[in-house]
This record gives sequence, structure tokens and C-alpha cells, in this order.
Amino acid sequence: MILRLVWENIKFRPMRTLLSVLLIGVPVMLILTLVGVSQGFMQESQRRTRGVGSDIIIRPPGSSLSSGSGNPLPESLVAKLTTVPHVAQGYGVVQMLEGKLFNTITGVDYAAFKRMSGGFIFLEGDDAHTFRSPGEVVVDADYAAEQKPKLHVGSQIKLQGRMWRVVAVVASGALARVFVPLKELQELSRPGYVSQIYLKLDDPKNLQEVLDTINAMLPDYGVYSTKEWIDLTSVDQIPAVGVFVKVIIGIGIFTGLIVVSLSMYMAVLQRTREIGILKSLGATKGFVMNLIIWEAGAMGLGGTIVGIALSFASKAVLRQFVPASLPQAIVLEWWPRVLLIALGSALLGAIYPGMIAVRQDPIEALAYE
Amino acid sequence: MSSQPVTQSNSIIRVRDLRKVYKTGKVSVEALRGVNLDVPAGEFLSIVGPSGSGKSTLFHIVGGLTPPTSGEVVVGGVDVAKVSDAKRTELRRTSVSFVFQKFNLLPNLTARDNIRTALHIAGRPMDHIEDELRNVLEMLGIAGRLDHRPSEMSGGEQQRVAIARALATRPAILLADEPTGNLDSTNSLAVLNLLRDLNERLGQTILMITHNAEAAAFGHRIVNMRDGQIVASPSVA
Repeated sequence: MILRLVWENIKFRPMRTLLSVLLIGVPVMLILTLVGVSQGFMQESQRRTRGVGSDIIIRPPGSSLSSGSGNPLPESLVAKLTTVPHVAQGYGVVQMLEGKLFNTITGVDYAAFKRMSGGFIFLEGDDAHTFRSPGEVVVDADYAAEQKPKLHVGSQIKLQGRMWRVVAVVASGALARVFVPLKELQELSRPGYVSQIYLKLDDPKNLQEVLDTINAMLPDYGVYSTKEWIDLTSVDQIPAVGVFVKVIIGIGIFTGLIVVSLSMYMAVLQRTREIGILKSLGATKGFVMNLIIWEAGAMGLGGTIVGIALSFASKAVLRQFVPASLPQAIVLEWWPRVLLIALGSALLGAIYPGMIAVRQDPIEALAYE
Repeated sequence: MSSQPVTQSNSIIRVRDLRKVYKTGKVSVEALRGVNLDVPAGEFLSIVGPSGSGKSTLFHIVGGLTPPTSGEVVVGGVDVAKVSDAKRTELRRTSVSFVFQKFNLLPNLTARDNIRTALHIAGRPMDHIEDELRNVLEMLGIAGRLDHRPSEMSGGEQQRVAIARALATRPAILLADEPTGNLDSTNSLAVLNLLRDLNERLGQTILMITHNAEAAAFGHRIVNMRDGQIVASPSVA
């Protein structure tokens, strides 16, 4: 019967219900979007790393997981590493931060990259016209779509303080989003040096042996199997991102708590007379509190569903406007978490107005207009 | 002046030297000044008096909606002056039901669900209310209106639903506060006839507050209140 009372009350004031559910849904969406962007950013990064086709990644000594700019490794190291038994191919890249947000520009030896990864999937342009002249840049589809105006073959783009001409738009998922010739980017930063080195083995079965050899050769360097590196580049492994997500969740919970509390307070005020009627019928404090709590729970559930739906909408909006900078993943494992957060906030928020409701004098409540 | 008690041997309500003082800031208002009253089981008692005479306060105390300041108020064997808020809630759940001037139906529920809510709160079976309450619903003439919400019913129909809800829990006492105050003369007469029928056919004890002398005449006895006291209680039956 209590559930029926709650349901009828929710139905009876559709506008208030809609507003309350929306107000809970927004912080839920905020949490899901920010978690989704953190995950999406990492997943995209991992996808691009897989797309390199390497078995081993060498990073500079003392580099952190999140640092990816600058080029402190001597390029001569590539030649030395390719002499290690079972290393079949190797090349170095230069990565430099570019523009707002988290985009990088990557300098690459195109021939070596093609050999290891199998090359680009061209959406515009073709292999025959790629990196034949100075000042050429290849961009992936997401990056091209994010620029205003959208980039096409022949577009001019300013990167690292100079103009480049787009010669190809390629499918995303291989190494980087913006490619320029290695030598040209080195000239703009530090000739003869690279940011990191990719190695491919003759047979993946030899991975551990090669890792041991290189670790012995370069004891202070970051020497990772590609799989290990991908596992390391998850949200949980980067402290700053973890703290960021926690702060956002905290804000979401706080906002949800305030909103639900206000919403339930208004609900109690609106229903003062009804609560008086229930009390005149002999409803106990527990009964009235139960009613408020179930209603808050229903709002929390509704808000979660709306928040999840809104997170799909935010994904679509980000995909439309900033597909390269803010890729958003739909993180299913966070759905039960946001449900718990929304329900917890709703229940906490309902306690104060619930206490007001149960303490209400039935005579005053019945006189309420 | 203190009123004289009406002594009855089988009183379902017994009130002795009942006083109620409301405090608003530094101002105290004495709403009841030593009321004495006995109501035997099965009586239909009308309480009349001008606004501010204390009849609603008496009604609220007898119904367990508010505690008295002092005195004795025994309702169905329970002295509501001495029990906790929870016990007074239990009294409302099990022994006393209200019918209000403004009907006080839950607006979001159908007539059936209004009645079912009262049954649920009282902890009584609430399936097949039509079978359980067939006589009452037929007497009230609302059997065909059970699926309507209050906003879809006339004032008379709403008040009859309110009476059905009040009777559904089979209370020992029905307290009716100006039950015809919001009704036209035709519906008023119908409701008053219903209350008298319920009293005569079911032996239902009824206390009715009214401003209207004609309405009061439907009771067995009329109690007049003025300035927080009972000033006369002539029998009309």
C-alpha cells in the first residue's frame, strides 16, 4: 500500500516529479560523463598504442605515466636496440603537446611506422601522396572533425607555430591523432632525440628474454611490454585522474544531496495537509517517514535512469563537438555506483524533511491550505 | 463557571474538568475551561456553539489529535490525558474516526484507495472492500463511485466517501466536525440522514460539531458550548 501511495503521489504531481528527477539526474550525468571522459581518454590512448603494432615500448628514465611530451631519448638508441637478438624492427617518435586540452602532435618516421603497424587506413588522401614534401601533416578523423572548419586534404593548419598542409585524413586508432615527419618536428624541438621508442620482435614468445636484455642494457629507462604499458595507462593508475574523479563524485553527491533535500522539503510542504490527513487516520511516525523515504528512493532511482540517459546525450554532444579531445566512454560498471550514490543522497536528503513531516502537529497540518 | 457533568453508566467517552491552554509566544489562550461530559455508547451527540467556544478543541482532544493541558478524558477506556503521542495515534487508528468539514480525502487517490489507505493504516484486511463494506457503501450510495478521485466527485459524494473511510475501520466513535459545512441543503440533509441511519442501524456512536441548529437536531442530545465551557445539554431525542 505504501508503494501505491508513493506511486500515486509521484503521478499526481508530474511537474514536481519531473523537476526532482531531472535535478537528481544532472549530477548523476555529471559523474558518469566525467568518469566516462577519463576512461574514454585512456581507452583511446590504449587503442592507439595497440595500433602501433609494437611489442615493447622504451620511455625515458624517470618519466611518469602521464608525461608524454618532450624528447630526451637519443635517436641513436633505436639503432642500438635493433641489434638486440629477436628485435625485428624499431623506431622512435617525438611527441609534443599541442593546442588546448590534451592533444599531442607526433613526429614519426613514416616508412618505419608503416612497416610495424601496417600503415594508415586512408579516409581522404592516399599513401602515394603522404609525406612527400616538407610541411605535410596527417590527421585522424576525430581530430579533423573537431577543428573549425573541419579539416580535409588541402586544409592548412597551424601547429607548433608554423603552418602545415593536410595531405591525408586517416582512421583513428594508430599511434596518434596528428602526424608529421619525425625530422621536421625534431627540428622544431631537439634534433637527434625522440620521446619514446617502439620495438617489434621476430616472435612474441621471445618477449621476456628481450625485456631482460634491454633492462640490463638500460637499467634506468622505462622498459615495458606494450601489454603492460596499456594496463598501466588506466584511470586507476594515474593518481591525478583518480583524485579528479573523486572530487567530481564528491561534488555530484553534495549537489544531489542539496537538490534532493530541497525537493523533498518542498514535497513535504506541499503535502502538509495530506500528512495531517494520514495522521488523523492514525498513521504512525514510522508510516509517514516510510512514505517520504520510499518517495525519495523512487526519485533517486528515476534520477539515476535519467542521469544514465543524459550521459548518452553528453557522449553524443562531445562526439559531435570534441571527438578527439574528450572521447567519452559509457562505463557500465559505474551504473550501480551512481545508483547507490543517487539513492544514498536521496535518502540522506529525505531525512530532514521526513523528520519535519513526522513531527508535524496533525491539527496544524489539517488547517494548512 | 464549570459545567455540570452528565452522568451515564455506560459512557464510551468521559470528560472531567478538561482544560486546554494554547500558548502563542507570551500570550496564553484558555480554549477549554473545565469541561465535563459523558457520552454513552451508541449515542448521537450534537455539540453546538459559536466560533471560539472550544468545541473543535474538545473534538481534537477526544479524537487524540492533541493532548489536554489538564483533566481527564477517557475514550474507550483510555485516558488520553495520560498516554503518549504513540498511544493517541493508536487510538485514532483503532477506536476513533473523523469526518471533516473539508472532507480531507487524499486528492491523489481514488475513493477506493482512500478507504484502503485507512484500512491499511488500521491494519485491517483491505482486499474486497466492496464485500466487507457492502452495507455501508450501499447506504452511502457511492458503490459506483469508488474508482473516482475526489476532484471528479461532488461535495456530497466526497463527504460520503469520507464517511465510508471513517467507518471502514469500524471505529467505536465517529467524530464529525461540521460535516455539512461545505454542502448545499440537499446534500446536507442526505449526509445528516446518513449519520442518523448509521447510528440507528449500526449503533454507531457519533459526536457531531455544528453551527446549524437544524443539523444539531438530528442528534439524540445537544450540548451547547460557550467560552470553553458546556453551558447546557438539553435532550432532543
